[in-house]
Amino acid sequence: MDLKLKIWRQANQNTKGELKDYAIKNVSADSSFLEMMDQLNEELITKGEEPVVFDHDCREGICGMCSLHINGEPHGPQNATTTCQLHMRKFKDGDTIYIEPWRSRAFPVIKDLSVDRNAFDRIIEAGGYVSVNTSGNTLDANAMPVPKADADEAFNSATCIGCGACVAACPNASAMLFVSAKVSQLSLLPQGKVEAKDRVLNMVNQMDLEGFGNCSNVGACAEECPKEISLENIARMNREYLGASLASSK
Amino acid sequence: MKLDSKIPEGPLETKWQNHKANIRLVNPANKRNIDVIVVGTGLAGSSAAASLAEMGYNVKAFCFQDSPRRAHSIAAQGGINAAKNYQNDGDSVYRLFYDTIKGGDYRSREANVYRLAEVSANIIDQAVAQGVPFAREYGGTLDNRSFGGVQVSRTFYAKGQTGQQLLLGAYSALSRQISKGKVKMYNRHEMLDVVLVDGKARGIIARNLVTGEIQRHGAHAVVIASGGYGNVFFLSTNAMGSNGSAAWKAHKKGALFANPCFTQIHPTCIPVSGDHQSKLTLMSESLRNDGRIWVPKDRKDAEAIRAGKLKPTDLPEEKRDYYLERRYPSFGNLVPRDVASRAAKERCDEGYGVNQTGEAVYLDFAAAIERYGKTEANVKGIDNPSAAKIKELGTAVVEAKYGNLFAMYEKIVDDNPYETPMMIYPAVHYTMGGIWVDYNLMTTVPGMFALGEANFSDHGANRLGASALMQGLADGYFVIPYTIGEYLADEIRTGAIDTNHAAFEEAEKEVRGTIDKLMNAKGDSSVDHYHKRLGNIMWNKCGMARNAQGLQEAIKEIRELREEFWQNVRIPGGANEMNPELDKAMRVADFMELGELMCKDALEREESCGGHFREEFQTEEGEALRRDEDYAFVSSWKYTGDAGNAELVKEELVFENVELKTRSYK
Ligand SMILES: Cc1cc2nc3c(=O)[nH]c(=O)nc-3n(C[C@H](O)[C@H](O)[C@H](O)COP(=O)(O)OP(=O)(O)OC[C@H]3O[C@@H](n4cnc5c(N)ncnc54)[C@H](O)[C@@H]3O)c2cc1C
Ligand code: SF4
Ligand code: FES
Repeated sequence: MDLKLKIWRQANQNTKGELKDYAIKNVSADSSFLEMMDQLNEELITKGEEPVVFDHDCREGICGMCSLHINGEPHGPQNATTTCQLHMRKFKDGDTIYIEPWRSRAFPVIKDLSVDRNAFDRIIEAGGYVSVNTSGNTLDANAMPVPKADADEAFNSATCIGCGACVAACPNASAMLFVSAKVSQLSLLPQGKVEAKDRVLNMVNQMDLEGFGNCSNVGACAEECPKEISLENIARMNREYLGASLASSK
Repeated sequence: MKLDSKIPEGPLETKWQNHKANIRLVNPANKRNIDVIVVGTGLAGSSAAASLAEMGYNVKAFCFQDSPRRAHSIAAQGGINAAKNYQNDGDSVYRLFYDTIKGGDYRSREANVYRLAEVSANIIDQAVAQGVPFAREYGGTLDNRSFGGVQVSRTFYAKGQTGQQLLLGAYSALSRQISKGKVKMYNRHEMLDVVLVDGKARGIIARNLVTGEIQRHGAHAVVIASGGYGNVFFLSTNAMGSNGSAAWKAHKKGALFANPCFTQIHPTCIPVSGDHQSKLTLMSESLRNDGRIWVPKDRKDAEAIRAGKLKPTDLPEEKRDYYLERRYPSFGNLVPRDVASRAAKERCDEGYGVNQTGEAVYLDFAAAIERYGKTEANVKGIDNPSAAKIKELGTAVVEAKYGNLFAMYEKIVDDNPYETPMMIYPAVHYTMGGIWVDYNLMTTVPGMFALGEANFSDHGANRLGASALMQGLADGYFVIPYTIGEYLADEIRTGAIDTNHAAFEEAEKEVRGTIDKLMNAKGDSSVDHYHKRLGNIMWNKCGMARNAQGLQEAIKEIRELREEFWQNVRIPGGANEMNPELDKAMRVADFMELGELMCKDALEREESCGGHFREEFQTEEGEALRRDEDYAFVSSWKYTGDAGNAELVKEELVFENVELKTRSYK
């Protein structure tokens, strides 16, 4: 298929970017979206132009490195699918495709389509862990049974890949879905319960410091999330947060 | 040069405990003055960095992704082994040890493998304590599944995302140490060289991939945990950025490189679909628990399928060849990876392949869906369930087990694997070879250590499924934190490392020289162009089957290609900015040398073992012919200024506890 592309080009954080037009021919319907981008870059290099910078690594929908706003949607049109797993058969010959970076104050553009998502790391550093050292003498893994339903629920929350699509989708650029997924995972498991109160307070505090917006229950995050992290996580975190704030103000 | 593997004295069962008890300790006050660099934050690197920081060392960790959480370990699907014997099916530390030695075709070190099996149980305890949500049974205890090459159920898993959950566990431990200031994390940084002062590893040269800045980092020890080099083949199941550069640079600075030709070709990957292909996707080995592998019995049927005139579901049972079950009745679809891959290649080479390229076989779940459906119907008390009901119930069970893999398959291939069999073909997946290390995981360069897939230890000539995660975490959580003390105990008086030392100066100059040379080549062809050509040579001549003539040709072709690459590569943009083409070029330049060493190693090893199949050495039935009298050693290569002239140093493998047998899965 032949396509028209409108791609955001920006030399670095300090320059202004703009959409540029490209045309690409003979794209295989079986290639992935990023393979289409590879093809474009190969052509640009041959012409002596600078290839488009975008983030990616696993190309299996699991590392969370790829991003891209495609026709206004984070990770493009297919539900529950990362950009790297999106295939060109979802587009038609002659289509025009808009390709832009995540847009959020907390995710500054580094170059072209690549953004800085280290704010997410700092939120995890604020409390997204269980404080246990490596010793070789921890409790036997089966000493503490965990109801299957809780374990499955914790697993579902834990599948968040930290891609940032939720932030990109949200009109307020809120990071609630990401933060609540981690808070939920750990608060659902007995191992994580001990520190649950401090965790939620510290992580939410860090989230605010990073400049993410407030949650106003729009729900776009869950809709665009490639891992289908549900809004229940946010509700759970709100309960946890309320409980923890009350406890700490006592 | 003589290699000393430093295997502790005493019986196998007590070596590690005794060694650990006698390792020298560094007291807490001194640890605060000791810096350790960890290159890589996959399972091996994150777990090592976190544990070393917990112990009190100052750690600097590096990764080329934008966050440590994105290391390639995240993509591991199927599971992690541990000798817990929770299923009470006769598993034990000894059995895990034995399976690993046998699975590796008797080309690994007994003492290391035994230790791996011994600490495996601790890994599961540790991960659960961190909040890793493994799959559980209704009673609340942990669930297990079985993997290829073994007859017990010892694999712990979190759906098809085990690597993700384990890495996020290690990443959380790492994040905790970052928040305490004990680990300084360098994201989007790439190590470009190791610096040696007076023969000891004293730091690295790194490049900030955002700004292009070249930096010097000093430390008392350097730990390389940079993963495997499967991407030398261009197409592999590895992440796009996975590379061999850190290991290769370590090699060029004096670390011996062991068994480079031992690469694992995984039997169950999604077949290549066209020239646009940038990577291959694994369909977890766990699928072989329930999927049956087959091709048509009759070549004509295969031709009809390829031409789109016949559907696999229309082919009756008696016209299908379940070739693994036929050839290996006792292990069937669960034979080890190398055996399964070669068998697929054999059928496809004979003309039985089932996709347009002729390079695919079926992995069929119809029987499993029916079996599970019937069981579910029984459990639910449904009498005389209809075929449709059975299918519905069975599909639900298969979906619960493998849903994410099936969804991934459908996204890529646009076929529904619940309705029609999956198509699979072998692909490059893992490298058993790597930096040579002794029992303490130290390389031949004092102060330089290697962990995880980057080292050569433990898996011999073939790795068993679910054992890489185990090894990475064993190395990082439970081995290096102790063994590094043996070396660092002598470093407490060294003081901070001076990065103005001439050795840093020189290493930096060399790195800058390489970058300039690449940027100034200003040729006609992209980095990918060269990487693909290298991959082709490697896959065709140093892939699933190898022979002397092909390997000799490959060496010649790689040398020519390398020459051309340096003359004619084109890298747009500048070196002092974010420039992924330059990042790739540096990696491909190293692959061009490493690839040659792999071929040289494959040529030298005149036997077939594990992932290394030399066509000249096979039995009449086409099985691998190992030659223990002549080749029961680790081939360790010493760099002499040119990959092609590397010098072979042998580490003889001594088997005191297992008897060398022909591996049979029949
Ligand atoms: C698709 C897939 C599925 C798998 N499934 C399983 C499974 O189910 N069970 C199992 O046991 N094994 C599995 N494996 C194998 C296993 O995942 C890997 O062997 C293992 O995770 C490797 O871990 P590692 O820590 O050694 O390296 P990696 O996870 O590859 O990490 C390498 C790290 O090094 C960094 N790095 C590399 N070079 C540099 C450099 N020059 N400078 C700075 N940083 C650098 C990277 O940024 C990264 O952080 C699978 C592998 C694949 C490809
Ligand atoms: S919640 Fe979903 S969209 Fe947000 S970071 Fe996690 S996976 Fe991405
Ligand atoms: S590249 Fe890893 S999730 Fe897309």
